[in-house]
Amino acid sequence: MTLSLVLIIVMAVLIAAGVYLVLERSLTRVVLGVLLMGNGVNLLMLSMAGPAGLAPLVIDGVEAEQYSDPLPQALILTAIVITFAVSAFLLALIYRSWRLANADDVSDDADDVALRGGEVTLPMEETAPDEGDTEFPLEAEVAQGGPGVDATERVVIVTDNDSSSAPEGGGGR
Amino acid sequence: MTALVPLVVLIPLFAAALTLVLGRRARVQRIVAALALTAVLVIGVVLLLAVDGDGALVVDVGAWPVPSGIVLVVDRLSALMVVISALVLLAVLVFSIGQGLADGDDETPVSIYYPTYLILTTGVMVAFIAGDLFNLYVGFEILLVASYVLITLGGTESRIRAGVTYVVVSLLSSVLFLASIAMVYGALGTVNLAQVALRVQELPLDVQILLHVMLLVAFGIKAAVFPLSFWLPDSYPTAPAPVTAAFAGLLTKIGVYAIIRVETVIFPTPELNPALMVLALLTMVVGALGAVAQADIKRILSFTLVSHIGYMILGVALGTVAGTAAAIYYIVHHIVVQTTLFLAAGLVEREAGSTSISRIGGLLASAPLVAVLFFIPALNLGGIPPFSGFIGKLGLFQAAAEQGGALAYTLIGAGALVSLLTLYALVRVWNLAFWRSRDEVAGDETRLLRAVEEAPLSTSTVSETRTTPRLMTISTAVMVAVGIALTLFAGPLYALADRAAENLDGPDAYIELLFPGGVEPAGDGEPGSGEVTP
Repeated sequence: MTLSLVLIIVMAVLIAAGVYLVLERSLTRVVLGVLLMGNGVNLLMLSMAGPAGLAPLVIDGVEAEQYSDPLPQALILTAIVITFAVSAFLLALIYRSWRLANADDVSDDADDVALRGGEVTLPMEETAPDEGDTEFPLEAEVAQGGPGVDATERVVIVTDNDSSSAPEGGGGR
Repeated sequence: MTALVPLVVLIPLFAAALTLVLGRRARVQRIVAALALTAVLVIGVVLLLAVDGDGALVVDVGAWPVPSGIVLVVDRLSALMVVISALVLLAVLVFSIGQGLADGDDETPVSIYYPTYLILTTGVMVAFIAGDLFNLYVGFEILLVASYVLITLGGTESRIRAGVTYVVVSLLSSVLFLASIAMVYGALGTVNLAQVALRVQELPLDVQILLHVMLLVAFGIKAAVFPLSFWLPDSYPTAPAPVTAAFAGLLTKIGVYAIIRVETVIFPTPELNPALMVLALLTMVVGALGAVAQADIKRILSFTLVSHIGYMILGVALGTVAGTAAAIYYIVHHIVVQTTLFLAAGLVEREAGSTSISRIGGLLASAPLVAVLFFIPALNLGGIPPFSGFIGKLGLFQAAAEQGGALAYTLIGAGALVSLLTLYALVRVWNLAFWRSRDEVAGDETRLLRAVEEAPLSTSTVSETRTTPRLMTISTAVMVAVGIALTLFAGPLYALADRAAENLDGPDAYIELLFPGGVEPAGDGEPGSGEVTP
């Protein structure tokens, strides 16, 4: 089996750059790193197919060895589709993270930090300040009595209205 | 009978499409999802009985002959895993239906929950019945993509944070897996498991070890084997309770399943077994120590999950039939018990409003049923006789003692110690969350205050009298009962695990399935263009 040196070098560069980017804290860079690594591995698979040859369509009088191997190309195609879908999801995740925290950094685990400080009491899991995820200066709005305020005011009623108020279906957020 | 094999994949896949179309009708969605999983469970049981009686089933998808096309293989191990995962997925689905009914859409946007959950099922089933490495990769990707969505469900800040870690680590393991598939293909010109097993013996030893290590690292990340386990306790606890329960029960075990396949079919040689045993030891001890240090039930359970992966790796690393059989029994036991404990933690969260053991107390008095439902699986996980955890550990220790050697005896000692540490961590949960009275909890607030604090901004009304829906309790109770059944029917089950392990004694049985006579058919699909002559 002969390998193309150019392909190998490009693959190594892609994977090295990908690993470097994935080690960053910034999520955007992580996504770029994942994309580079994915493409690097695709190139690896391509080079494992052996030398380039004719399109793998049966032609009379052509030896089997002259065709290029179609299987790795099929595998790469599948891998590309998967990488595409996952990077779309990651981008959505980053956008969400930026909307919530105005940052695309990977932050430390709050529970871990609490345990490290020797403090036994752990903060509670924060559930969904969803309506509050307007563009970030929520506290400032509260101080000024801006549009974010009514979301923080709640009426406390002691009833069991859970089942009746549960919306059917609820088209997601 | 072979017609049933693709159905375990197709039914959840089509049900996922159907539930997506029915996004506006939550009730119909629930019925479709529950019916689909019940059907998968029934088919799984039929397959298990058939495979156990008449031998493994092989399906050539699209009627392409074996080495050229995609092949699905159901042997005893696959069938057993299909049954137990379908059972667990169904129980968790019922639990989440119960929770969803009462919570409304607080936590989970229902319209995508059921389709995603069914896609997860599809991925799990594909991974279990895949007959080639690339199909295994596709199965992994299907279930991982579904799990990315489930773990970030609702998109709150903590879940996004945990989800990012999970997604990036999983992506890394997928990239590694893909790279190892490329290497395997480059070296052997095939990705079919049986063909790989046939050809791999002709490779030079160093290339074999390289491929072996690459596959083990890729699967080790998924199975959360130390030192590749750091991501798990970080990301699992923030997801909704039923999601965590399903993940904890199944996803890591699929990594262990893949490791079993690698160790028994592709590389049955013992070169890496001592290294795996050391990793098993470290996984057990580090996980258990982590569990002892935590103060949140879900995090404690996540760490015990990591620690008990070590037991399964121990069984696999022994490289004997007895070791593999014990590992298979332990996997079944652990899937059931770990899921039950996470479901019980979900009930605790529901009753007490928190899973932090420094903030809750008095649950034995206020919710005795939940206490029982937590206590039984906790003892089971800790390995108290006569529960299945004890039987599984006993089997592992016996297999290790049969092999003998200093390392094996060290592992037996460490295994016993770790089961005590597990018990200690869980008894601490019991003492603080259930046993002590409410008055002893420092800074105790009224439940109403806590309820307000718990659900800020989510609704305009906060009610204090949140009752635990009956479905949640019932599904947890059923899982507890299944855990006890694993003890009651330990004899037949262990015999089944034994028979499954005998199939996995070296690659011959697997090769025989696809290539009767153990010889590849002449003129196979690939003309060997990618093959290296060693």
